[in-house]
Amino acid sequence: MSVASTSQSILFGKLSLSALPLNEAIVVWTFVVVAIGAVAVLAALTYFRLWGYLWREWFTSVDHKKIGIMYMVLGIIMLLRGFADAVMMRLQQAWAFNGSEGYLNAHHYDQIFTAHGVIMIFFVAMPLVTGLMNYVVPLQIGARDVSFPFLNNFSFWMTTAGAVLVMMSLFIGEFAQTGWLAYPPLSGIDGSPGVGVDYYIWALQIAGVGTTLSGINLICTIIKMRAPGMDMMKMPVFTWTSLCTNVLIVATFPVLTAVLVLLSLDRYVGTNFFTSDLGGNPMMYVNLIWIWGHPEVYILVLPAFGIFSEVTSTFTGKRLFGYTSMVYATVVITILSYLVWLHHFFTMGSGASVNSFFGITTMIISIPTGAKMFNWLFTMYRGRIRFEAPMMWTIAFMLTFVIGGMTGVLLAVPPADFVLHNSLFLVAHFHNVIIGGVLYGLFAGMIYWWPKAFGFRLHPLLGKFSFWFWVIGFWFAFMPLYVLGLMGVTRRLRVFDDPSQQIWFMIAGFGAFLIFLGIVCFLLQIAYSIWKRDELRDETGDPWDGRTLEWATSSPPPAYNFAFTPVVHDNDAWSDMKKRGYQRPLTGYRPIHMPRNTGAGVILAGISLVLGFALIWHIWWLVAVSFVGLIATAIAHTFNYNRDYYIPAEEVTRTEEERTRALAAVGV
Amino acid sequence: MANQAITADMGHAPAFHLAEEPHHPEGHSTPLGFWLYLMSDCLIFAILFAVYAVLGGNFAAGPSPKDLFDLNLVAVNTAMLLLSSITFGFAMLSMARQRKGATLAWLAVTGLFGLAFLGIELYEFHHMIHLGATPQRSAFLSAFFTLVGTHGLHVTFGTLWLVTLMVQIGRFGLIPANRRRMTCLSMFWHFLDVIWIGVFTIVYLMGMLR
Repeated sequence: MSVASTSQSILFGKLSLSALPLNEAIVVWTFVVVAIGAVAVLAALTYFRLWGYLWREWFTSVDHKKIGIMYMVLGIIMLLRGFADAVMMRLQQAWAFNGSEGYLNAHHYDQIFTAHGVIMIFFVAMPLVTGLMNYVVPLQIGARDVSFPFLNNFSFWMTTAGAVLVMMSLFIGEFAQTGWLAYPPLSGIDGSPGVGVDYYIWALQIAGVGTTLSGINLICTIIKMRAPGMDMMKMPVFTWTSLCTNVLIVATFPVLTAVLVLLSLDRYVGTNFFTSDLGGNPMMYVNLIWIWGHPEVYILVLPAFGIFSEVTSTFTGKRLFGYTSMVYATVVITILSYLVWLHHFFTMGSGASVNSFFGITTMIISIPTGAKMFNWLFTMYRGRIRFEAPMMWTIAFMLTFVIGGMTGVLLAVPPADFVLHNSLFLVAHFHNVIIGGVLYGLFAGMIYWWPKAFGFRLHPLLGKFSFWFWVIGFWFAFMPLYVLGLMGVTRRLRVFDDPSQQIWFMIAGFGAFLIFLGIVCFLLQIAYSIWKRDELRDETGDPWDGRTLEWATSSPPPAYNFAFTPVVHDNDAWSDMKKRGYQRPLTGYRPIHMPRNTGAGVILAGISLVLGFALIWHIWWLVAVSFVGLIATAIAHTFNYNRDYYIPAEEVTRTEEERTRALAAVGV
Repeated sequence: MANQAITADMGHAPAFHLAEEPHHPEGHSTPLGFWLYLMSDCLIFAILFAVYAVLGGNFAAGPSPKDLFDLNLVAVNTAMLLLSSITFGFAMLSMARQRKGATLAWLAVTGLFGLAFLGIELYEFHHMIHLGATPQRSAFLSAFFTLVGTHGLHVTFGTLWLVTLMVQIGRFGLIPANRRRMTCLSMFWHFLDVIWIGVFTIVYLMGMLR
């Protein structure tokens, strides 16, 4: 490729007009469409004079609720990009038979499967999970905000800056062609001389700063900011799983940071960590990245388990069965997730004893997970189940995830893994657990907490369409991959020789089409519900007869969350309050201490984005300028001591009286 | 947070909210948050140590620790860093006695020790590179320069932070926000000392035994 050329100018580094992929018609047309869309959005924002509003009320906001919503928006936008990649792969693989090359060349196809994995994990699942935790956790523990509100805003913008870098790689230069974990020596400078791996590295490094800081932030919030009376074993299960997830984040993302630093040193400085000569050891990269990578899947799925717990308990109208065992199962999974990483490369040749150890630890994880499954089932047993959309997603999860878990245990057996390793069976397995576990959980969570965030429900019928398209589409899309994997088809292939396999790829492609309809229905559901929001309005703040504290306040909650800090006496605090006839206080409001908005997060993340771009393209003067700028801005920010203010009691009174009137109007 | 006494007499409806705003002193989560950050940083060092442990013997027919390390120089360097930790302790004691001038003076001394440490380290690096022992030469040297250099980079940022904090204390005095920052920087500085003990032992002392 032209981008691999070594000529560099002082002003632009490796960047030149030939870096624009003008010879790729698909990319050019994508760019045209994206550019038209972007111009339209920017023009609309300008026309409706929304820039000031967005800057003041959203971009610079330190309110955990607004930051949570921004994370969700980021995740949904990136879901569309990641899904477009998925559809392109499905199309290529269903097409490239009988001598046909399909419609994607190898250079482009390899970027697509890499980008699909990177985007779906780092820029879809992570922002959606972090967004829900951000929104819900402070409300569930009766807090006014997180421990470090500015850091929260900064974390969000760093994640966004990483996402922007990945998106830029589509139109300026190229993305990595290495698979989502960029194993050396392929990802080394000899294997990948272009800028693709550099885009990968800096996008993940910048986003990783945000993820680590947000992990620290949420741990502190949960440890330090709980309402009086809420001891650890009275915390809602979602808060518990969030705590464990954030512990995992803080205890693993630094490993990713370190290993990517070593890879960049190999690429930029010429060190020999992962090279094949002068004493380097590529296998060490594989070990290190999976020490991060395996806990990462639990980082994603634990909050989903928390969501299912809240949903099951709410929609069966019962206290969660086996709360204590649920908490312990979560903690055990947290610890065990560190002890299984080697099962990702049984075939590397560690020997029978090492493989047996990691095979057994992997199988042991299914025990606490199974305990959770039974807890959900026993919660539903003899419950008065309401089949609202979040509950439907939960049941679909239980069916799907158990199958995915079983194929996982199958892969955990080292001899079986020697046969199935790197095959489409593996691809089917991890989509089975990530879609069936994480994504279904996120959908359940988004629909469940939507009325809390916006004050109106999502339209149920469109939600059911979305649900059925997704669930049926999932089975069509991934069951054929199990079959193909057992037939010996390896992953990441672009063209095929055996015509008998084509039918399975066509079925999988049809599944992807159904999932496409599911996504369309999901977006339509949001749009239609916004349009019909007055009909779907909920004034009570508690549309599902919820059990935890977030349902005790109005929907959407005021900036300060709770006019008075709640006091907790039991698990399911809000359910307890309702049962014991709690009356909302109507007088005696006090001024409330709150953090002040700041633009520093946007600015620091913006400079980081420039720094990342300059590093990718070897524009050294810009690296120096932006690095100094970054440090200077950070130091300047520490000279701002004026970071909080009080919401006056009159304003609290005004807000709360409005709520009193709204409640009276619906007769509560 | 959860330890406030709550009188929930059975039979009476207990209080479900606090009538007064609970008092969250500003920055009450900061020490915990900073500890968590330090532990995440510690993990980065743990990886670099592990990498050094794996690659530290891969000389690729190049120079080995015995050819390169000058333990006398490293001993002086270690002394610089340990002394800087002591003087930072004195700065903290002065702060506890509300003596702004003495705090600033001890911080300045700490910063000078830090700079001396960095100067000696840069001299060592320069000397090694001059001998042809560059980070590119072998996996051992890649791991050595990265581990020791990352520590040095931390000391550099610590020094930058120290200067910033001296300006802030000079301007705004020992206000609670600045005292909190002193506590954090103090933890950071001692943390780097602990890491250096590991570097000194595993890289230099054990390297000479290889």
